[in-house]
Amino acid sequence: MFRVIRLIGPLKMNDSYIKFKNKILQAGSWQEKYREIMLLGKSLPALPPELRVESALVNGCESNVWLYIDFNNEESKLLIVADSDTRIVKGLISIILYLYSDLTPSEILSIDASKEFEDMSLLKHLSPSRGNGIKAIIKAIQSKALSMS
Amino acid sequence: MFIIDNIRNEFPILKQIVNEKPLIYFDSGATSQKPQVVIDSIKHFYTYSNANVHRGIHTLGDRATVSYENARNKVAQFINSQAKEVVWTKGATESLNLLAHGLTNSLNPGDIILISALEHHANIVPWQQVCANTGAILKVIPLDETSQSIELHTAQMLIDLHKPKILSISHASNTLGNIQPIAEIIKYTKKYQTITVIDGAQALMHLRPDMIALDCDFYVFSAHKALGPTGLGVLYGKYEKLNALPVYQTGGEMIKSVSFDDTIFAQAPGKFEAGTPNISGVISFGYAIDFMNKIDLNEQKSFEKSLFVYLKEQLENISGIKIYGDLVHNIGTISFNYKNEHPFDIATLLDQHGIAVRVGNHCTQPLMQCLNIEGTVRISLAFYNTQNEIKQFIASLKQCLELLD
Repeated sequence: MFRVIRLIGPLKMNDSYIKFKNKILQAGSWQEKYREIMLLGKSLPALPPELRVESALVNGCESNVWLYIDFNNEESKLLIVADSDTRIVKGLISIILYLYSDLTPSEILSIDASKEFEDMSLLKHLSPSRGNGIKAIIKAIQSKALSMS
Repeated sequence: MFIIDNIRNEFPILKQIVNEKPLIYFDSGATSQKPQVVIDSIKHFYTYSNANVHRGIHTLGDRATVSYENARNKVAQFINSQAKEVVWTKGATESLNLLAHGLTNSLNPGDIILISALEHHANIVPWQQVCANTGAILKVIPLDETSQSIELHTAQMLIDLHKPKILSISHASNTLGNIQPIAEIIKYTKKYQTITVIDGAQALMHLRPDMIALDCDFYVFSAHKALGPTGLGVLYGKYEKLNALPVYQTGGEMIKSVSFDDTIFAQAPGKFEAGTPNISGVISFGYAIDFMNKIDLNEQKSFEKSLFVYLKEQLENISGIKIYGDLVHNIGTISFNYKNEHPFDIATLLDQHGIAVRVGNHCTQPLMQCLNIEGTVRISLAFYNTQNEIKQFIASLKQCLELLD
C-alpha cells in the first residue's frame, strides 16, 4: 500500500469547505469564481511523479485525474488523495477533498455532492460530456465509503 | 452571391445565447450545424412519408423509396460518381471498418498498408486489426517536423520503398486542418496497383471532392460533418472494386434470394446495406447536399480562407501562443497551445464566453506523440462563421489567458 499524504491543514475539514463555499457564493463574477477555484487548486500539493501513474488514473478523456483512496482503520476515516494536470479540475478536486476528507464513511454518505455543486453553480462540471472525471471521483469516494460503512 | 447574413439565417442554432453570450460555434470539425431545410426534412418525412424502403407496395413506401434513392443520386452527383457506387453506412468510421473487413482476404503476410501520421484513430485502428489478423504490416508516412505536414516526396519515397497493397490517408487532417496532397499521392500509387482509400470526413464540406478527378478506389465520409444528420455515412467505391468486396453484415435488404441451404447476395450497393437503413437520415442528407449545391464553391472557399487567415493572424499576435500544422493548405482548422496551460482550462473558460471549441488529442494520439504534446485547443471554422465572431473570440481568449497568467 502506498503512503497516504495528509493534504488539509490545521482547519477542520468542514469549516474550510464552508469557508470556501461562501467565498464562491460571494464571487461577483464568473471570472472571480474561477479564479478562486484555480487558487484553491494551486494550494493543493502536487502528487509526486511516482504516484502519477496509469493505474491511479480516473477515466476522463480530456484531462488526467489521479485518485487514491485509503481507509484509516484507527480513526475509521477515509483518506483521499487526488491531483490533476489542469488548473480548473484540480480546483474542483480540491473542493471535493474539502468536502469529504477526514470524514467517517457514514458522514461521507450523508453528503449530497451534486447539491453542493449546484449551490455554487458548478453543476455543469459534473456532466458526463465534460470528461473531467469529477463525477467519477465522487462515485469512487461514495462506493469506498459504502464498502466501509 | 455568398451573403453571410443570409447563410447564417438558415442555421437556427447559431442564434442561441449560451452562458448569457451569443453562441460562437467553432467546433464544426466535430460536427457541423444543420440548416433549417435539413431539420425540417426529418420532421416532414416522419409526418408525411414514413414507410420502409424497397418493399411497400403502397404510396408511402413509394414516396419513401423515391426520396431515399434520390438522395443517393444527389450524393453521387455531388462527388461526381454513379449512384451504384454510393453505399450508405452509419458514418465514416463504419465505412473504414467495412473496407478493412472487406479487404482482409486480399492481404497476405508481409503486405504493406500505408497510412499517414495525421490519421484519425478511425483510420488507424481498423487497419491495425487487419494487420493482426493477416500478418500484413502497417507503415506510416511521417510528419515533416518543419512543415508539420506530410511531404509529397516523402510519401512517394515510401510508396516506392513499400509498394503498398493498401494506402489509406485523410484528405484533410481533423486535428491540424492540413489539406493533404492526395491527388498526387493517388496518382503515384498507380504503378503498384495499390488500393487507395481516402478518409474524407473533414474534407467533404470544405473541398467537395471529385471522384473522377481524384481517381481513388474508395472515399469515405460522414453526413453529420457536412450539414447532414448523425448516424449516416458514405462509402464510395469504384464499382468493380466495390462490388468485389465480400459482404460486411448480413440480413434483410442485402440479399437477392434466400433458402435454408443458400443465399445469393444482392449486387453493390445493396449487398452492403443489411437491414432497414437510416431512411430519414438519408433523405435529410439529400437536403444538405442541395443546400451546399446552392453555394458557389469558389465563393465558399475564398470566404473560408479569409476567415482562416484572419484567425491565424490574430492568434499569431498573442505572445505565448503556438500554432500547429500547415497554415497554407488548410480547411480552416487551427490547433494551438498557450504557454504550458492545459487546453482543458482554456476551453472551460471560453465556454463561459459562449464559445465552443474542442480540446484534447482529437482522436489522434499518435499525431500528438509526433508533435510531442498531450493535446491542443482546436478551432474548426465553417462557412457560417464570421469575422466578427473571430474578433469576439480573440477578445474573449485574451481575457481567459489573463485569468490563467
